[in-house]
Amino acid sequence: MRIRAQVAMVMNLDKCIGCHTCSVTCKQTWTNREGTEYVWFNNVETKPGIGYPKHYEDQERWKGGWQLDAKGRLVLRSGGRVRRLSRIFANPDLPTLDDYYEPATFDKDVLVSAPAGLTDTPVKQPRSALTGEPISLEWGANWEDGLGGAHERAGTDPNITAMASDAAARVKFEFEKTFMFHLPRICEHCLNPACVSACPSGAMYKREEDGIVLVDQDRCRGWRMCVTACPYKKVYVNHATGKAEKCTFCFPRIEAGQPTICSETCVGRLRYLGLVFYDEDAVLAAASVQDERDLLAAQRKVFLDPHDPETVRLATEAGLPEEWVLAAQASPVWRLISDYQIALPLHPEYRTLPMVWYVPPLSPVLDAVGAAGLDDTDADDVFHTIRDLRIPVEYLAELFTAGDADAVAGVLMKLAAMRSYMRARTLDGTVAEELCEAVGMTGQEIESMYRLLAIAKYDERYVIPTAYSKDAAALEAQAASTSDCSLDCAGGPGMTEAATAERFHLVAEGGQTRPGRRSLFARRGDGRLGLSIDPTGERS
Amino acid sequence: MNTLIWIVVPYACLAVFVVGHVWRWRHDQFGWTTHTSQLLESRILRLGSPLFHLGAFGVIIGHAMGLLVPASLTEKIGVSEHVYHATAVWGGTVTGIMLVAGLALLIARRFVNGRVRRVTTTMDKVLYVALASMVILGMTATLGTNLLGEGYDYRETIAVWFRGMFWFSPQTDLMAGAPLVYQLHALGGFLFLALWPFTRLVHVWSAPLAYLWRPYVVYRARRGAPAAVAPAPATVRDRGMHDIRH
Ligand code: SF4
Ligand code: SF4
Ligand code: SF4
Repeated sequence: MRIRAQVAMVMNLDKCIGCHTCSVTCKQTWTNREGTEYVWFNNVETKPGIGYPKHYEDQERWKGGWQLDAKGRLVLRSGGRVRRLSRIFANPDLPTLDDYYEPATFDKDVLVSAPAGLTDTPVKQPRSALTGEPISLEWGANWEDGLGGAHERAGTDPNITAMASDAAARVKFEFEKTFMFHLPRICEHCLNPACVSACPSGAMYKREEDGIVLVDQDRCRGWRMCVTACPYKKVYVNHATGKAEKCTFCFPRIEAGQPTICSETCVGRLRYLGLVFYDEDAVLAAASVQDERDLLAAQRKVFLDPHDPETVRLATEAGLPEEWVLAAQASPVWRLISDYQIALPLHPEYRTLPMVWYVPPLSPVLDAVGAAGLDDTDADDVFHTIRDLRIPVEYLAELFTAGDADAVAGVLMKLAAMRSYMRARTLDGTVAEELCEAVGMTGQEIESMYRLLAIAKYDERYVIPTAYSKDAAALEAQAASTSDCSLDCAGGPGMTEAATAERFHLVAEGGQTRPGRRSLFARRGDGRLGLSIDPTGERS
Repeated sequence: MNTLIWIVVPYACLAVFVVGHVWRWRHDQFGWTTHTSQLLESRILRLGSPLFHLGAFGVIIGHAMGLLVPASLTEKIGVSEHVYHATAVWGGTVTGIMLVAGLALLIARRFVNGRVRRVTTTMDKVLYVALASMVILGMTATLGTNLLGEGYDYRETIAVWFRGMFWFSPQTDLMAGAPLVYQLHALGGFLFLALWPFTRLVHVWSAPLAYLWRPYVVYRARRGAPAAVAPAPATVRDRGMHDIRH
């Protein structure tokens, strides 16, 4: 038994309006640089749809995640160690830029500098952000927004092709007969990360303190095996630096007790952040259970109940500060995953034990209720639809429970019951006991679940302890010792200006510091003269 | 003149090779990468890159055999001159052709694909030119002189001179008498070594063999102190107001 803390996220999909604020703010923070034009640490997909990169869920093709071999041992789908090294010269399972999309920009100068009196309106042309050549826009990170092009492509959504063929055949993509929802995705910061396991250099790691999975930019050598191994395709190659990059879970903010950028800015306020305690020694066994449909229960069992005195004792022994134990007890993530059991992992069958979980959306079912001419405010009608109208439920099951429709249906029942229960409570004050019974919850539980899902404020949605309080005194002293950035001291976590300039190949030119092209003997960003050997900074 | 070309230049190049690597390792971990461009172009690379790398392995092994193993040793273990010669020439030709084909594909890829062309740096271009000239000279020596021509026994001259480098007693007259392509290839080889630490070739030293033994999941403790807690906007405002008043 080795207790560890993990910062985890839950997203309540019913509330996602697909506004992409999360994607944009994340991009502005982390990937608005050359080399990461095509990279979205947070992306929002419309489901059904083939996703970003295209068909990333098709593991027969992309070889992401883990699988059990003939002897029941857990192996990476992309092969063992020797096989991986044998493919280091050319990785056959690496998505190329066309599987993502060609990032484009527009020549807006055409509009600005158009002479007066033109008879035709000037038109700005899209140009490739990589080559500068004119291109036609044929795909993007969110090309399928609101089911765009679904009638042509959504049928090849790997979740639909995985459904039983009669069910798949009944999925319609005509405008009024279909269902849809948005799926925001970030790195899952898995307990059994395939990316880390496939990294030949050992540059990728899972942090002991909070479980955040990171790429050490100084140790990554560009072998690009992590990209293939991640079944969620959430590691990307930066083509300018030649190194892998991924969602950082905004660790500088998490360390300071703040929510990630994507959570902070989420318009639907549908994201929850909190701690989960888990037993590291139980991870491998949980990821190796024979039946895919047992993975959900197995993963839940890896988590340790923060209210259990035994867990508290273990945590204290492991040196976790009291603040962390209290945070784990107040964790909204723990409540959604284990108390109410309405949050589900995305694609548990990849066996990475993902740590961003989802409350599945009830809206596709409600749409189906309406389409069937039933009353979507009537609990019985909704229950009936969940049970009998298999289409949306089976689809959700492919996403969240390795195809176990009953497990998803159970969660949807709870959500439907909560909806009707609260409706009755609010309209005429009646307490619908029979609904509670139907889903095995007490009225009080339903109400607190409702509170958490519908009206929880900032402090309830994000319960993030600051990084170890025992470091606080040292930090204070550090901050007091300098008038500049308090982290910029010798041995401090921040980098001095000179170190930054050197590490990231900055050039000083005309009073400005910027990364980019420079002559062979140009002065470097740190002011020293030196031979320019930077293999990345030659382009502007 | 002989001293300059066959003693000073080689040692200078070796010095640059060593010092350059130390310097680069200490100052440029962030730039130390294969600099993969497979994301941008995969089709040609999937053929060219393995051909090039495997060819290069063969060629490196061949050079090590030819230059480091003295002829007397191979004879002692019972490898006849003829067998050695045949292995060397044919092995060299096959791996050499793989190398040439791979390199040609990799270079062609930089021309035909706009994306890859755009990310090709000056250093890359220098490296490709250097590699291509070395390979052309080497192949001329192997094919032109040894396979088709009358042959030249470099093991009695070049190899002896080369091994002399390690004992600090290189015999320059051995090199002075070698055919021109051998001379150029040897000299170019040293210049190439001097270029090495400043190119993406440094990734060779990071060949991830340790991966074969290490546990799959790597855990690492956070380094240094965590980020400080940023004061809430209200705190900043109140502090400011406080400062104004006093
Ligand atoms: S989701 Fe994140 S942690 Fe999991 S395998 Fe992919 S990159 Fe690694
Ligand atoms: S956690 Fe941070 S880095 Fe990761 S997707 Fe959200 S905003 Fe981006
Ligand atoms: S910001 Fe929130 S509501 Fe908007 S797309 Fe992202 S997750 Fe959905």
